[in-house]
Amino acid sequence: MFGKLSWSAIPINEPIDMIASGLMILAVLGVLAWVTVKGHWPYLWKEWLTSVDHKRIGVMYVVLALVMLLRGFTDAVMMRIQQSISVGPDSGYLPPEHYNQIFSAHGTIMIFFMAMPFIIGLMNFAVPLQLGIRDVAFPTLNSVSLWLTASGILLTNLSLVIGEFARTGWLAYPPLSELKYSPGVGVDYYLWALQISGVGTLLSGINLATTILKMRAPGMGYMRMPVFCWTSLASNLLIIAAFPVLTATFAMLLLDRYLGMHFFTADGDGNPMMYINLIWVWGHPEVYILILPCFGVFSEVVSTFSGKPLFGYRSMVAATMAICILSFIVWLHHFFTMGAGANVNGFFGVMTMIIAVPTGVKVYNWLFTLYGGRVRFQVPILWSVGFMVTFVIGGMTGVLLAVPPADFVLHNSLFLIAHFHNVIIGGVVFGVLAGYTYWFPKAFGFTLDEGWGKVSFWCWFVGFYLAFMPLYYLGMLGMTRRLQHYDDPSWQPWLIVAAVGVALILAGILALIIQLIVSIRTRDRRRDVTGDPWNGRTLEWSTPSPPPAWNFAILPHVEREDAYWQVKRRTREERVAAAKALVYEAIHMPVNSPTGFITAFFAVVTGFALIWHIWWMVALGLAGALATTLIFAWRDESEFEIPAEAVAQADRTHQDAQWTGAAP
Amino acid sequence: MARPVAATALALVLPGLAGCSGGVLDPQGPVAAQELTILLDSLGIMLAIVVPTILATLGVAWWFRAGNARARYRPDWEYSGRIEMVVWSIPAMTVLLLGGIGWVSSRDLDPPKPLAGTRAIQVQVVSLDWKWLFIYPDQGIASVNRLVVPAGTPVSFQLTSDGVMNSFFVPQLGSQIYAMPGMITRLNLQADKPGRYPGISAQFSGAGFPDMLFTVEAVPGDAFDRWIATARDQGDPLDEAAFRRLAQPSRADRPRTFRDVTPGLFTAVANPGAVKPGP
Repeated sequence: MFGKLSWSAIPINEPIDMIASGLMILAVLGVLAWVTVKGHWPYLWKEWLTSVDHKRIGVMYVVLALVMLLRGFTDAVMMRIQQSISVGPDSGYLPPEHYNQIFSAHGTIMIFFMAMPFIIGLMNFAVPLQLGIRDVAFPTLNSVSLWLTASGILLTNLSLVIGEFARTGWLAYPPLSELKYSPGVGVDYYLWALQISGVGTLLSGINLATTILKMRAPGMGYMRMPVFCWTSLASNLLIIAAFPVLTATFAMLLLDRYLGMHFFTADGDGNPMMYINLIWVWGHPEVYILILPCFGVFSEVVSTFSGKPLFGYRSMVAATMAICILSFIVWLHHFFTMGAGANVNGFFGVMTMIIAVPTGVKVYNWLFTLYGGRVRFQVPILWSVGFMVTFVIGGMTGVLLAVPPADFVLHNSLFLIAHFHNVIIGGVVFGVLAGYTYWFPKAFGFTLDEGWGKVSFWCWFVGFYLAFMPLYYLGMLGMTRRLQHYDDPSWQPWLIVAAVGVALILAGILALIIQLIVSIRTRDRRRDVTGDPWNGRTLEWSTPSPPPAWNFAILPHVEREDAYWQVKRRTREERVAAAKALVYEAIHMPVNSPTGFITAFFAVVTGFALIWHIWWMVALGLAGALATTLIFAWRDESEFEIPAEAVAQADRTHQDAQWTGAAP
Repeated sequence: MARPVAATALALVLPGLAGCSGGVLDPQGPVAAQELTILLDSLGIMLAIVVPTILATLGVAWWFRAGNARARYRPDWEYSGRIEMVVWSIPAMTVLLLGGIGWVSSRDLDPPKPLAGTRAIQVQVVSLDWKWLFIYPDQGIASVNRLVVPAGTPVSFQLTSDGVMNSFFVPQLGSQIYAMPGMITRLNLQADKPGRYPGISAQFSGAGFPDMLFTVEAVPGDAFDRWIATARDQGDPLDEAAFRRLAQPSRADRPRTFRDVTPGLFTAVANPGAVKPGP
């Protein structure tokens, strides 16, 4: 009746597991109870869970990402504590079964469920506003994407309570991930969680790419788009090209595990190395899917806070698209040590280094954007300058790893771990936190506290260096990754330094939480009345904060890049004349829909049933998802109308605040 | 707490000397020595670009801070063809240089390429859960978790796996290479001086992975011959059945030797089905 599922799936006699899942369940129940007691359910359901507004979907993505940052970071803390004590005869406090699940979950969660939702959330929120349009191309599909991502997250966290997670590393290399060597449900949780959220990501990529390609405001040609839109376009094109590869690769591994096939098995003529090839055909573009939008955020922030246009806009666009293409022809550098041969290794090494050229160009262009500016050292630019300094170090060690003989001695060592945390934390995390601080007032109508933001930045910045510079050195000493314990006592001091660094990053995360609480409590003092708290240059700052559901009362007419900056340069008379000439019309917006939420519910049911081999429940889940889709497809009304008077009134109120406020 | 603090201080004063092994930084063979040179050269070339870039970033950001009345504000300055050219040229020229190093060194230090010198000792490596089996086909013996080689003589490895992937790596001797099921990879290394060099698996392979350690013992030529002679007289024979028993999962196996290794055992492990070309 319940497949492989029985009471023994709950790890009663493993205290660490039970405490962790207990705390997680308490936290979830606490939030649910609070919402119920306060009577927020109708509001939450009508305004958020069923919302198809790209801004709210973006915010929900970011909320998911922040929650998963806490989960993934907890894993990191546990690993650092383990490695700072498990030397020689002492095997630490985490047995291999646990430790191996923790590093697998850390990687999976941080990439798929922290970085990806954060990036997609920021793109969802900002891209339509920057393009001067009212929504994305497919609003309901957007909601489906969000909730499918949430389904993957739910399944991954469920594995903590019921069953286990993969012990194979975050990319589940076969044959280790095959049934013969990983008979438990851990790999199945991993695979189904990522298959479901992967579909969400692909749909999101199609949605945003279509939006950017087809739905820009009148006059906004490609070369007038803000650079964040360019980098988002590149990132979403990469999603469209790369995620199907991931889905297909996982599908083959699932066929091996469920139907006894031999794509990647050690026996039966399987070819495990093919999996390594395929997973990195997705995996390398993936890191550019993450970093490119962050490059966009930095471009916006550096330009805005320097009070200057971005230096070398065309170069930046060219560099972005060059990276977009090159990122597909470097994947083999992830396995120079599998014996592909000198010419193949040499080719991929050189291609990898070539990617550093457009990336280097970007760094110099940001530098020249600062040059001649009036740099206001507020929190977003701190993250940006911190990124520029940190990222060039990460880029340098990356190019070093691209030299095949250097990689032969550094592959899989802690040097590699230090390298990719150097670019992921120094690039992606700094980037999304810059974006979070930058667009927060636009989303909620008040700014985040500066003081706590600066505390957080310095803790993260110094903490990063303390946590990862020792790992570069340990890698040189020959320490490999994923060691549950080790013999060499001379490594321990460096690992203790790394643990201190992680403690500092913890302080940075706590400062972010305090910043949010303090800012909410003092929101009345920090209202953003003008809609333009940073003296911004792009169209999102021309809207009220938070923007109305329809974003723009009248779609802006764009004449060159930095569109809002051009508007702000007009004289008062010109603005008054322009305002008088406006003719407001009724706006049609898509109605909210529970389709995404319900589809995701059935996706969770299906995924859970597949993991535990409960076949009747699989059928039920699939039928439910199909029925939901059909009901949506035959819907009667898809839009509602906002009358012209309402639009006009809202816009006039905003214009008064906009031009009488603190704007220049 | 006193011990870790003291150890930290010691390690800061004597990096690399405080422990058992300096790893990659303490090369003991020609391959490792060349690889360290390439690594440090590439690092040096890049630091020459990266350090000025970091300093320039901090300097420019600080000089052009909003409060600095002496800095000239140029609110519309957004393009300069000359600067653009320089901006593309600096990374391009660096990469041209490094790309050359990468391409040439990739060919020079290709793992299958035989090392110059005397005739190489042949060793066949099989990674098992969770131990290493070293077969000496010419001598007809095998050894678990202990690789004895003559110092100053090239060693030519063929590697495969009986199950999951591992990576064979002796940091002080240089290049690692994967051991993969159904495939044979090749590697050539040499230890210059007699000594004991720690070896590891550098690819996670499951629960017993951290204990998948082995020792390379480089010994003088006559000592190597004596070791071979002893191994021929001791231990169990390694035939198909004995191999299957050995292949059962186990952790932290103590080194031991086998005699009378069945000829073709390695090929049989590497090619469980049809014969296939390597990667």
